[in-house]
Amino acid sequence: MIDTALQAKTVVKAAASVAKSDESEGMSYLESLPRRLVTLYLPLFIILVVLLFPFYWMGLTAIKPDEQLIDMETYNPFWVIHPTFKHISKLLFETQYPQWLWNTMYVAACATTLSIIASVLAAYAIVRLRFRGGEAVGVLIFFAYLVPPSILFIPLASVIQAYGLFDSPLSLILVYPTLLIPFSTWLLMGYFKTIPFELEECALIDGASRWQILTRIVVPLAVPGLISAFIFSFTLCWNEFIYALTFLQSTPNKTVPVAIVNEFVDGDIYKWGSLMAGALVGSLPLVILYAFFVEHYVSAMTGAVKE
Amino acid sequence: MADVTLRKVVKRYDDVEAVRGIDLDIPDHEFVVLVGPSGCGKSTTLRMIAGLEDISDGDIMIGGDIVNDVPPKDRDIAMVFQNYALYPHMTVAENMSFGLRLKHYPKAEIKQRVTEAARMLDITELIDRKPKQLSGGQRQRVAMGRAIVRNPKVFLFDEPLSNLDAKLRVQMRIEIKKVHQKVRTTTVYVTHDQVEAMTLADRVVVMNHGRIEQVGPPSELYHRPATRFVASFIGSPAMNFVPCRIEDIGGTLHVRVSDTLAFPLPASRAARYNSVSRDTKLLLGLRPEHVADARSNSGPGFETFEATPDVIEPMGMETFVYFPLAGGQICGRVNPAVDARAGAPLRLAVDLNHMHLLNEETGTVI
Repeated sequence: MIDTALQAKTVVKAAASVAKSDESEGMSYLESLPRRLVTLYLPLFIILVVLLFPFYWMGLTAIKPDEQLIDMETYNPFWVIHPTFKHISKLLFETQYPQWLWNTMYVAACATTLSIIASVLAAYAIVRLRFRGGEAVGVLIFFAYLVPPSILFIPLASVIQAYGLFDSPLSLILVYPTLLIPFSTWLLMGYFKTIPFELEECALIDGASRWQILTRIVVPLAVPGLISAFIFSFTLCWNEFIYALTFLQSTPNKTVPVAIVNEFVDGDIYKWGSLMAGALVGSLPLVILYAFFVEHYVSAMTGAVKE
Repeated sequence: MADVTLRKVVKRYDDVEAVRGIDLDIPDHEFVVLVGPSGCGKSTTLRMIAGLEDISDGDIMIGGDIVNDVPPKDRDIAMVFQNYALYPHMTVAENMSFGLRLKHYPKAEIKQRVTEAARMLDITELIDRKPKQLSGGQRQRVAMGRAIVRNPKVFLFDEPLSNLDAKLRVQMRIEIKKVHQKVRTTTVYVTHDQVEAMTLADRVVVMNHGRIEQVGPPSELYHRPATRFVASFIGSPAMNFVPCRIEDIGGTLHVRVSDTLAFPLPASRAARYNSVSRDTKLLLGLRPEHVADARSNSGPGFETFEATPDVIEPMGMETFVYFPLAGGQICGRVNPAVDARAGAPLRLAVDLNHMHLLNEETGTVI
């Protein structure tokens, strides 16, 4: 009798412990730690190493004294002893680097703003205004994006020359949108499509004009899309090389990517420390930009407007 | 406030006619429900009244003025959408006041109107929340509030309750009715749910294939349907139809539903159906409540017969019995106290005072 009572108690206890531990979701019980290690963490680690190594190398080179840079026999090439800020201070105080940084930022900000404004208007018109050939325009715009800058820069150079814009930041501000508008329009078209049609119809009945619908309903709702278009465009302008190399000549007018290659590579002499310091400092504004808006960037790529 | 008139309104999409020349007069203050199966043109009609769809032919008048080419914002209407269409980036108060702000109303008046509407709909404490922080029912109230603050000539509702669960739907139905009783604004309401139509409407407009089948108060549609479509669409469970013929047996008019079963018609019905040709293929239409248990239903016009139910649905306050008759399935409604069991013969009575006779070919009620 006592035995049976004890047995019953044990069974109840066991059942309770099963119930307690069963807080897992779905079929996660199939995933043991070794399995997750092989299928998830190991590939993730490899990808991280591959992606971050260039950044590590750049940072490392920027703070290495010159003798350690050259002599890889005596010093471990993957580590630094007695780091120095010599390259960075030289970059900031002995070259026109701040001016180049300002040029890059100015050109990128202007070109991006111009492109986003044009793209918002274009994308909204293509997606929401019913007109003949609207769909075709959408596809054609994407084709424009497919033309490579390495083909376009030669004819564009003569256009820039003809308008007297050579060696002026304005040349880049006007040329970059040819790359940025197609992509941004395409991205925003996708985003605008996710905004429920009823919202606009409701605003129409509420008494809003097309312009008011765009500025007071559609644009505020598309902010994540606008941010991702902005970040993408800004990054593209920031890193652009061919047009900047072709259209700008004088040293103070140059942008960072072109200037560091021109100024720190002298024939076959590479000033690695300054080069990498320039690249590192040049990439920091973008890192900060991404850090602030990464959530919006991801949500715009994956999500939609939720009521 | 205003009356709404539709004159031979047609909507064509390329080759398809979605709305085929409908005429409708909606007097001021009336609550009209457009009901019909999906694709019958009811939503298109509503959107044409709103100005969201162009009309292909005919005229729409609001308050006596033809509004065919008037844009939605100048029609002085308010619309409640199926998915509420609340602006996700605005608070409840901003959502409700959006239309008034666009028209540059004074701030004090906007505030007063919003507060009043919020109080009427019991959403005062939600006024600073964003739509995503609200439940379905609350969103529905806000959508209604947004319509009310505008104080428009006409309210348009496009299936506003179909996103809510069954319990909330009943609650909001009552809420909508209350609001209409308070503000008395002319209302056009679209739904596919005949229960909503019956409970809300002053008059119901039943639509099918882009045409109006019948217009009338709910009770008239229920008791005197004009066509087979209306008869079967209004009422739940639906009306039973049994193929039948009119026969003279021993000097009285009978309706024969099978070789072995014929019911003598009561005098009033006999007079009405006497002129019907005896060869015409007919349908006997009987609502489930007019096929009841024989024990508690007797009197002139009641005829009893025996049937063997194959399915029983006890609902609590009533029990539905389903049995085969003349090749079809018939639903009857019996008192829950009656011992109805599947497979056991049951004595039933049909109430021929409430029967309908339809022409099988044309579908019209005779």
